Amino acid sequence: MPLKIAVCVKRTPASTSVAIDASGKVQTKGLPHGINPFDEYAVEEAIRLKEKLGGTVTVVSAGEAEAEEVVRAAIALGCDDGVVLCDPAFAGSDGSVTASILAAALRKAGAQLVLFGKETNDGASGQMPAFTGAWLDWPSVVNVRKVAAASDAELTLERPMEDGVDTLTVKLPAVLSVTKEINEPRLPSLKGKMAAKKAPVAKWSAADLGLAADKLGAAGSPTEVLAMEPVPSRPGGVVIAGATPEEKAKALVEKLKEAKFL
Amino acid sequence: MSYQGTGVWVVAEGRKGVLLPSAFELVTAAKALAGQRGEGVTVMVVGAGADAAEALSVCGVAKAVVLSGLPELVDDAVAAALASAAKAAKPRTILLPADVFGRSVAPRLAVLLGSGLASDATALELDAEKRLVVRRAGFGGNVTIKVLVKSPAGPELATVRPLAYPRAGTNGSKGAVETAAADVAAAGGKTAFVSFAPDTSGEIDIGAADKIVSGGRGLGNPEGFAIVRELAHALGAAVGASRAAVDSGWIPYKHQVGITGRSVRPKLYIALGISGQIQHMGGMKSSDVIVAVNSDPDCPMMKAANYAVQGDLYKVVPALIAEIKKARGA
Repeated sequence: MPLKIAVCVKRTPASTSVAIDASGKVQTKGLPHGINPFDEYAVEEAIRLKEKLGGTVTVVSAGEAEAEEVVRAAIALGCDDGVVLCDPAFAGSDGSVTASILAAALRKAGAQLVLFGKETNDGASGQMPAFTGAWLDWPSVVNVRKVAAASDAELTLERPMEDGVDTLTVKLPAVLSVTKEINEPRLPSLKGKMAAKKAPVAKWSAADLGLAADKLGAAGSPTEVLAMEPVPSRPGGVVIAGATPEEKAKALVEKLKEAKFL
Repeated sequence: MSYQGTGVWVVAEGRKGVLLPSAFELVTAAKALAGQRGEGVTVMVVGAGADAAEALSVCGVAKAVVLSGLPELVDDAVAAALASAAKAAKPRTILLPADVFGRSVAPRLAVLLGSGLASDATALELDAEKRLVVRRAGFGGNVTIKVLVKSPAGPELATVRPLAYPRAGTNGSKGAVETAAADVAAAGGKTAFVSFAPDTSGEIDIGAADKIVSGGRGLGNPEGFAIVRELAHALGAAVGASRAAVDSGWIPYKHQVGITGRSVRPKLYIALGISGQIQHMGGMKSSDVIVAVNSDPDCPMMKAANYAVQGDLYKVVPALIAEIKKARGA
């Protein structure tokens, strides 16, 4: 049976310079959006694994209907088809519940290997890969910088840590998240762009996934965002005066001496 | 019937037998929560042994437990073992470090326990019902998000950013030290550790450094890090970098400071050619003293710095290195 690879992508605001509105929540509607930058590396790695091992790549995104645009953009790079998970019942789901939705979809799609970017540029929690692995009861390895060896049964992975690099093996089915070091994402070809227009992109709801409404959305989530606040800025200090770089260096070293750094 | 638990757990991470300092930071956070609830703190040690538990047991905790028999560096097994132990002991809250280990283990633990998880906390507090509320950065550090961990079906879980809390002192009351056999049945043995290649660069790690000299886009080219390293060497400092410098491929990711990199809290942080994108500031603004060298006097880093030096860093920094050497009598 050909290997079924899936890559999970999120449509996020292109910039993190956001404002908090009167309701105390960040409003991102109307801002330019695109694929989460970290996901580009997951898409590229999924395509490379397909090129090596055969099989297909399905792009999966949970979110509003607009997520279809980032799914098609990933298909243009060489993925085969896509799924958008979209239902008013999903709105307000926290990370764990969102991962349970992704997990149900990945099961339905028959995925055996699932890739994520290491985090998103908006939430940046980096917890979705392990959440999804846990809901599927599959192993998960996060922050992978290299797939050192791959077959349709097992992967050998490198994971950079603060003290060095771990090498791990993991049996499929499995979930991974990848860092920016892992590859150099390609650009879409004209042929890819044409294919992306025609590729099948399914829309699945809670009912399609057999998910119970009371386990979804804000009410079904075990965490709740209470408030969002702007970050206070640090008060500034003194400007080091001097007519030349040498004078400024001298004045700064005096300050560092006073503070006992020298 | 909702979950009823008592006590605060700290998951103390060890790597290859060496306890990480995050464990002592988590103990500080856990004691503050437990104190408000009149509960005790239990430390669960994974990846390190009895000496680690002994060191933690004198930080004013009730108990330090070594989970023995874990396969080395297999996070799925750690999550399974912690879940099994938590189902038996029923803690109210479990804190883990917000590093790669925490990202790997905490979500799995949350699913196994039916828990709510808030990640990357920079501060922990309790609401009127003594439920856990965490503060975390969102949108690249532009926003602080307050998250309530309702967690009706299992213990409240949170991962806590490194350096968000000071390390607990080792002069607290002495708690018990125990060993418990890890139950890893739920993990299924699908992940295996093969090998570890230690970092042999000999550089000072930014996470543990008292002084950091960082370079950014203003260096203009990768060769610019030579001057960053030279200043760092003169000061005995570690070398950091902004995301712009890392994304340009000038220096490896492990040097990256910021929300998407690593949090640092040195006594002295010198930013060379770093404008101060908010996601960078989010990782270093708690430094005691910030020095900025930049050609743009109005950039955020210059506004936030205790000492702002306007000028061409390629002229200022060599003069600075010469003055430092003079001051040190070298």
